Amino acid sequence: MLYLSLLVGLPVAALISLSADSTAWSAVYHDAHTRTVLEFTFAVSLAVAVLNSITGVALAWVLVRDDFPGKRIVNALIDLPFALPTIVAGLVLLTLYGPTKPVGLNVAGTRVGVLFALLFVSLPFVVRAVQPVLLTLEREVEDAAACLGAKQWTIFWRIILPAIRPAALTGATLAFARVMGEFGSVVLISGNIPRTEIASQVIFNDVENGAPAQAAVVGIILLGTALVVFVLLGLLMRRWTRHG
Amino acid sequence: MSIQCQNVSKSFGDFHALQDVTVEIDSGQLTAVLGPSGGGKSTLLRIIAGLETADSGTVLIEGQDVTHVLARDRGIGFVFQHYAAFTHMTVWENVAFGLKIQKTPKEKIRGRVNDLLNLVHLDGLAKRYPSELSGGQRQRMALARALAVEPGLLLLDEPFGALDVKVRQELRDWLRRLHDEVHTTTIFVTHDQEEAMEIADQIIVINAGRVEQAGTPDTLYDRPANQFVMGFLGPVTQLGDRMVRPHDIRVSTQPEAGAQEAVVDRLTSLGFETRIVARPTNNGSPVTVQLTRNQINELNLQVGSRVYLSTYPTAQQVSMPA
Amino acid sequence: MGRYALRYGVLAYLSMLLVVPVGMIAYRTFQHGVSPVWDALSSDSATSAIKLSLLIAAIAVPINVVFGIATGWLLARRKMPVPWLVNAIINLPFAMSPVIIGLAVFQLYGRTGWIGQYLFDHQIPVLFTWKAMVIATVFISLPFVVREVVPVLEEIGTDQEQAAEVLGATALQGFFRVTLPAIRWAVVYGTILTVARALGEYGAVNLVSSNIVGQGLTLPLYVDNRVNQLDPTSAYSAGLLLAVISLIILVGMTTLSGRRHRTAEETTA
Repeated sequence: MLYLSLLVGLPVAALISLSADSTAWSAVYHDAHTRTVLEFTFAVSLAVAVLNSITGVALAWVLVRDDFPGKRIVNALIDLPFALPTIVAGLVLLTLYGPTKPVGLNVAGTRVGVLFALLFVSLPFVVRAVQPVLLTLEREVEDAAACLGAKQWTIFWRIILPAIRPAALTGATLAFARVMGEFGSVVLISGNIPRTEIASQVIFNDVENGAPAQAAVVGIILLGTALVVFVLLGLLMRRWTRHG
Repeated sequence: MSIQCQNVSKSFGDFHALQDVTVEIDSGQLTAVLGPSGGGKSTLLRIIAGLETADSGTVLIEGQDVTHVLARDRGIGFVFQHYAAFTHMTVWENVAFGLKIQKTPKEKIRGRVNDLLNLVHLDGLAKRYPSELSGGQRQRMALARALAVEPGLLLLDEPFGALDVKVRQELRDWLRRLHDEVHTTTIFVTHDQEEAMEIADQIIVINAGRVEQAGTPDTLYDRPANQFVMGFLGPVTQLGDRMVRPHDIRVSTQPEAGAQEAVVDRLTSLGFETRIVARPTNNGSPVTVQLTRNQINELNLQVGSRVYLSTYPTAQQVSMPA
Repeated sequence: MGRYALRYGVLAYLSMLLVVPVGMIAYRTFQHGVSPVWDALSSDSATSAIKLSLLIAAIAVPINVVFGIATGWLLARRKMPVPWLVNAIINLPFAMSPVIIGLAVFQLYGRTGWIGQYLFDHQIPVLFTWKAMVIATVFISLPFVVREVVPVLEEIGTDQEQAAEVLGATALQGFFRVTLPAIRWAVVYGTILTVARALGEYGAVNLVSSNIVGQGLTLPLYVDNRVNQLDPTSAYSAGLLLAVISLIILVGMTTLSGRRHRTAEETTA
C-alpha cells in the first residue's frame, strides 16, 4: 500500500498542488486558444463516443450472431488498437490518409484526421463491452419474438437494444474518457496546427513552454470531466439495474 | 487423539456462530457433529482444525492446549465440502502434496501415495487432473490427500453434501469401513440425521451456536434431552401436551382410560406402512400416527373412524413447554 | 439481405480503420527493399532506442508483475481499510491521460518538486534520464496485472490455500505451490498487457525524457522524431518493428484468453 501511494498518490498530489494556483487558472480561462482546444476536445470526444456506440454495437452483433470465414481473425483484430503503440497508430493513419494520398484522401492537419485517429484507438471499448452481453442474451428470446411476428428491426429495438444498452453506454464512456486524454495517436496526424490540437497537446506544449502550472490546470479539468462522466454513468447504471 | 473444546465462543460481526460450546471426543471414535445449516457446526470443526480462531475458550488435543497452534502444526487431516482439489496438480500430485511439504524421501512418497490411491480405488486415475474426475472420485482423492500425512485426527466438513444420493450412500459405507480399518479419530459435520445415525459412534447435536446434546445414536434417539433433539433425529407428533414419535402411539377403537378421543381425517399409504392423521375431539392439534398395513386392517380404519389414542409405556416423550 | 449488408459494412469499416492502414505501413516500409530497413534499424540512433525501450520494459515489467500480484492478493484476500479508494488508485492510470501522468511525474521529480528538490540537492539526476522514464512507465502500466489477478483469486476462493495449510504448508509454500500456479494464466496475460504498454508508451515518457537522439529516445519517441526529421524509412522501420511486436502480443492475448476461461471452468468444476 505504501508502494501504491508512493507511486500513484504522490505524483497525483504533486499535480493537484501544482494546479492550485489562481493565476494559472485565470491564464487558462483567458487564453482563447486553450478554450477553443478544450471545446474541440469535448466535442470530438463526444462524437467518438456516439460513433463508437453505433459501429461498436454493429461489430459486436456481427461477431456474435453472424458467421463467416475468418471471423476469429477479425475478432482478434479488434484488440489491435490496444496492442499497437499509439504513435504507431498515428503513423499508420498518416501513411494511409496523409499527404501521399494512397487512397485519394488527405486528412492530415484537419479535424477529420483527429477524429479518425481517435476512432482508431477507441474502437475496442464498446465492442468488448457489448460482446459478452450479446453472448449471454439467449438466441431463443430473439427467435420467440420472431415467432410472435416481430420484424428484424422491431426485435432489435425492443429486445436487443434494451439488453445491451448499459454495456454499450459503459463502453462509450470508457472510450470518451480515453479519447479525451489521447495524445500519441494524434500528434502526427494533427500536424502541429493550432486548429487541430486537442487538450493533451496543449498540456504538452505548456510544459515545453515552461508553464507547467497551466498544464496542470488543463489536466485537472480533464480529470474532473472524466470524474463527472463516470459518476453520471454510475448513477444511470444504478437506476437501470433497479428497473431491470 | 482425544479432543476437548472448553467454553468455545465465536462471532462473525453480530452473528454468534458458537456460544460457550464445550464438547469432548474420545480417541479413536467416529463422531458426527449434527445440526441444521448455519447452526455453527462447521465453525466448530474449523476451530478444531485451526482454520478459525475462537474468540474465547480453549481447544485441547491429547490434553495439550492447541488454541494458539497453527493449523499446519496440528497434525490433522481436513476434507472440505467442495473438495478443495489443487486444480493444477494431478491426482497423484494432490495426494503427494503433504508428504512433499514434509520432505519425505521420494521412495517413501511413491509407496505411500500408491497405497492410498489403492485404498480409495483411484489407482487407475493417478495421472488425471481433478477436472477429469466425478464428484465422488474427487472427494475420495481429497480423503486420500488428507490421510497421506497420517494425521492423528481426521476432520470432514459436510464431506458428502455435494454428491448425489447414491454416491453419498456408497461413500458413507466406505468411510465407516475405512474408520474400522485405520481407527483414526474422525469428526465429520453433517446436517443429515440419517447419515449421522448410520455411521457415527457418537453424535453431537449443535443448534444456534449451542450444544443441544451429545451421546451415542441410541441415547439421542431414545432419550432426547429436549424437543429440538427429538425433532431433529426423527419424525415427531404432538399428543396432548407431549411430543411423541408417530410409531409410539397406540390406536384403539374402544374407549380407554387416559386415551384421547379423535376422528381419522386422512389415511396415506406408504407401502407397507400407513400414516393416519387424526383430529382430537377436544380441538387439540392434529396427531400423526404411523401404523402397519396389518394394524389398519385389523382395526378396520377409514376416514371418519372414531379412535382412542394413547402412548405405549416404553414410548419416548418430551413435555411441551407451556 | 440486411445481415449481409451489415456484415460487409462492418468489415469495410474495420478494414478502412485497421487492416488497410496497418498493411500500408508494411508496404511503405519495404517499398525500397529490405536492405534500407535493415540499415535504418541497425543505425546507432535506432539501436539506442531499441536498447532504451528494452531497458525500461526490463525494469518496469518485473516491478509491476511482482507488486501487481502482491497488491492483487491483498485486495482479494485481506480486508482493506478503504477498498474503493485503493481500487480508484489502481485504476487511475487507466483514466488519466498519459500526458497528465507524465506531467505528474515531471512535477514530482522536477527541480521544484517534493522529491526532485531532494534529488537535486544530492545531485542525483532523475528527470530527463531513463530513471524518470521507468517511473512513468511503471505508473502507466500499473493496473494490468492487478486487474487480471483479482477476479481469478476471488473465483478460486480460499479452499485450496486452506487445504495446503492443513497439510503442513507455510503461507509462503502455500502461495508458491498452490495459489500462484492456480492464477498463472492470469499473471501471464496481465504481464503481456504490461509489456505491450511499457514498450509502446509515448505520451508519458515524452514529457520526462531528454528527447536527445541516441540517448533519450525510446522506440515510439524515435518514430515521432524520425517523422519530424523527414526520415520516413527510419520512421516506418521502427514503426513496423513496434507493429510486429504488438501483433505477436495480440496473438498471445488471443490464445491465452481462451486458456484463462478454461482454467476458470476447471476451478469451479
